[in-house]
Amino acid sequence: MSSINYSDKIPNNVNLSEDRALQRALEQWQPNYLAWWNDMGPEGSQDFDVYLRTAVSVDPQGWAQFAHVKMPDYRWGIFLNQAEQDRKIHFGDHKGEAVWQDVPGEHRANLRRIIVTQGDTEPASVEQQRHLGLTCPSQYDLRNLFQVNVEEGRHLWAMVYLLHKYFGRDGREEGEALLERRSGQQDNPRILQAFNEPTPDWLSFFMFTYFTDRDGKFQLCALAESSFDPLARTTKFMLTEEAHHMFVGESGVSRVIQRTCAAMNQLRTDDPRTLREAGVIDLPTLQRYLNFHFSVTIDLFGADESSNAATFYGSGLKGRFEEGKRTDDHLLHGQTYRVLAVKEGKLVEREVPMLNALNEVLRDDYIRDSIGGVERWNKVIEKAGIAFRLRAPHKAFHRNIGSLAGVRVSPEGQVLSQADWNAQVDQWLPTGADRAFVASLMGRVVAPGQFANWIAPPAVGVNRQPAEFEYIRFN
Amino acid sequence: MTDIQRVDYQTEPAAYRHWRLAFEGSVATLTADFDEDAGLRPGYKLKLNSYDLGVDIELHDAINRVRFEHPEVRTVVITSARDKIFCSGANIYMLGVSTHAWKVNFCKFTNETRNGLEDASAHSGLKFLAAVNGACAGGGYELALACDEIVLVDDRSSAVSLPEVPLLGVLPGTGGLTRLTDKRHVRHDLADIFCTTSEGVRGQKAKDWRLVDDIARPAQFAARIAERALQLAATSDRPGNAAGVALAPIERTIEPDALNYTHVSVSIDRAGRKASFTVRAPQAPQPTDIAGITAAGARWYPLALARELDDAILSMRTNELDIGLWIVRTEGDTAAVLAIDATLLALREHWLVRETIGLLRRTLSRLDVSSRSLFALIEPGSCFAGTFLELALACDRTYQLALPDEPERAPTITLGEVNDGLYPMATGQSRLQRRFYDENAAMTAARELMGTRLDADAAFKAGLVTSNPDDIDWADETRIAIEERAAMSPDALTGLEANLRFNGPENLNTRIFGRLTAWQNWIFQRPNAVGDKGALKVYGKGQKASFDWNRV
Repeated sequence: MSSINYSDKIPNNVNLSEDRALQRALEQWQPNYLAWWNDMGPEGSQDFDVYLRTAVSVDPQGWAQFAHVKMPDYRWGIFLNQAEQDRKIHFGDHKGEAVWQDVPGEHRANLRRIIVTQGDTEPASVEQQRHLGLTCPSQYDLRNLFQVNVEEGRHLWAMVYLLHKYFGRDGREEGEALLERRSGQQDNPRILQAFNEPTPDWLSFFMFTYFTDRDGKFQLCALAESSFDPLARTTKFMLTEEAHHMFVGESGVSRVIQRTCAAMNQLRTDDPRTLREAGVIDLPTLQRYLNFHFSVTIDLFGADESSNAATFYGSGLKGRFEEGKRTDDHLLHGQTYRVLAVKEGKLVEREVPMLNALNEVLRDDYIRDSIGGVERWNKVIEKAGIAFRLRAPHKAFHRNIGSLAGVRVSPEGQVLSQADWNAQVDQWLPTGADRAFVASLMGRVVAPGQFANWIAPPAVGVNRQPAEFEYIRFN
Repeated sequence: MTDIQRVDYQTEPAAYRHWRLAFEGSVATLTADFDEDAGLRPGYKLKLNSYDLGVDIELHDAINRVRFEHPEVRTVVITSARDKIFCSGANIYMLGVSTHAWKVNFCKFTNETRNGLEDASAHSGLKFLAAVNGACAGGGYELALACDEIVLVDDRSSAVSLPEVPLLGVLPGTGGLTRLTDKRHVRHDLADIFCTTSEGVRGQKAKDWRLVDDIARPAQFAARIAERALQLAATSDRPGNAAGVALAPIERTIEPDALNYTHVSVSIDRAGRKASFTVRAPQAPQPTDIAGITAAGARWYPLALARELDDAILSMRTNELDIGLWIVRTEGDTAAVLAIDATLLALREHWLVRETIGLLRRTLSRLDVSSRSLFALIEPGSCFAGTFLELALACDRTYQLALPDEPERAPTITLGEVNDGLYPMATGQSRLQRRFYDENAAMTAARELMGTRLDADAAFKAGLVTSNPDDIDWADETRIAIEERAAMSPDALTGLEANLRFNGPENLNTRIFGRLTAWQNWIFQRPNAVGDKGALKVYGKGQKASFDWNRV
């Protein structure tokens, strides 16, 4: 069944009304979720009518309809992609067996851990972004931020549904804990450190949605291969929503570039100081932000050699990106993969068992994918006739996990001494002055059709709405 | 055994790769920051603050430094320098590539070191506080369990766990199971859940289940630890202002078939699969007051002896696996040994003397749990009196030479007050009580003999030696006994000796060395753990363990 039941208190396409115990559990969780949203959701936004899309079905054509809603009234619910008939496990030790409709006892702990870790990032990013509405560059962008936020909220619902339905009392406790942790709160932090860092400005937001939400995409893609069918189905649907988040990031950065290039041509200069005085973000600063978000994000894939990665794959919990399209044996025993290490002051490759290197495999897939967007940004610069190229930094640059942790490597991939690093780091990573400058540009622009000076308008509106469209009624 | 492979138990803080030791007033902080790339053997990395024997050698050294070099320290805080990780226990890959013998020796030493923390708390007033500031798994939690108190950071993520059974198919064998029940009185059904739940238990539940003593939010954690460390310190009777004794490197030479120390020598007979330990009495007069003892420092005879004997035992246990029979001999003047004992007893309340007695006690306990046959040979020129007699009492058998025609050359043994409880075994009994099952008549008789030099016949009559061959029989009787012993199954002998040596009351320590270790060593041998598809072998490789489902 693919249509969504909106008559229930909790919209769903999982026949929730037939599972009274689960429905009751989720209905008890729902007010806590709303309390969390009111407490930690976008600041000061509860009364706004926001032009949001809401899923009405999980079919490719029909999963989005647009209307103005107050965010607390958004119909957060539980949507799984349609079940595939006779789906078989297609990788790992259980390959060829029927997929699991329940959690096998022996995999309970790892599945729970995967779901809790994924689930924790969803409310975390809402919390990280909760102040951004106060400095939005336009109604269009504010609406996109809110769309991202409500969908991250829905992703939390997706994970909590799995915890409640399949993990018993322990799952319910974890569901509560997901609402209790707080991004950046020392006593009560989110699980992954990257989700405890603030998203201080809109450039960071665009970079985050481009790079870090893309990490989310790759993690979800890997989980969409899972032998635990409800996890696979729910993450598949989450991916359709995640695509929008990355679009917000890619187009956001692209519009910043477009505006900067226009100013460069208008003023006939590439001098950062002149450009900053003109109120746009110079390209070297964009490069430094890119370097930061790229390097921090690729750390999220975990250590380059990981026993967990091997266990998750071998036991069929988490596949590779596009597992189904790969033509190897899907067991990977005895195969190897090359990971980077530093030896005698040089980066070298060493072979490690493929199963243990699956974090690195996913990281490399991610890097290939994210570089595509960087090239599209370069097209914008090229089109403006400016001789500057943005580049993704070397994989070993500014890393904090695995064998590259703490090694000093330039964006070009040269191993450096600490002194050399210190001397040049301000050219590579955003400085305090960069961040202060970007922050200084952040003023609130909310008149319909108006945009902050540092960003270009989008080519088309949301759902093809005209430029002047009132995406948000502030009431 | 080549020098490259030899395991050396001697180190010093400047050479540490894994721990940082810092001092502030009455509190020492021991910070775990294990160097991934500094494993004792190749083939594994000490990721996530996981440890191997090398890490524990440093821990053992650090505790001894605190004991002797820092008498002002009353509380040792054990914590981690790593973000969100306290300690993840013994390195699994190390266990996976290790031989059975290596695993057993490693576990024995780590057990001894953890028991040593409790020993220091009970006997030396040194308190231990586990400041668990991140994930604390397996052997990491077992280390915390050996502390007086455990405070767990309550960051909604950090948990204590014993995931050995579900993840590795082995037991939390470094005292974990025993301390959960016997020490912390965790209800057995909750312990059952805890030990089969790989993710462990965190926060308030960990406190409710008695897995930790307290929890503290990250912002309050450091202050809570500091406060609790001082409260624990207030319960200690360690001296506030005494100067410590520097533990200079022990003097020794290591030869292919011998270990030579100032007061101890070990010579190895490889063909006979036996080694002879010779312990020598002091040759010069020893100080009898605190000033003299303090001035002598680490060269003070009983302290030097204990350190040397400890190193010799550890070295022989680890590096000479097939030397299955240790023959214990002594040399020197009985009066000199008894004089030392008199000083130990007279000044036992002084912190340095107390620590020295403690080191002797733990060293003798190492002998008890060593998986080697122990024979004492009491020959002319020997001095098995008091503390030295304890060496003979620790042995499986003792042979004393009778010389009816040369009474002036005949070796004697002498019971002293120190044999009546100064060096309790793990059971809490003295070796004399163990010998006589603490029976009144025998104990009274033995006490009446204290101070009397007993020749072979007298000692035999008193039940203090196994055999008293005269000079006609001695050579053959001892040779045959030794050869016969050396020919028997080493496994059966290890089991036999462990059973007979620990015949007294059960307690936490004996249950760890007896019940828990025995089960663990059985499991360590089973294909379900160490077969090609055993859980320990395949851990982290992405392969599923394959079990023989038959219960045994």
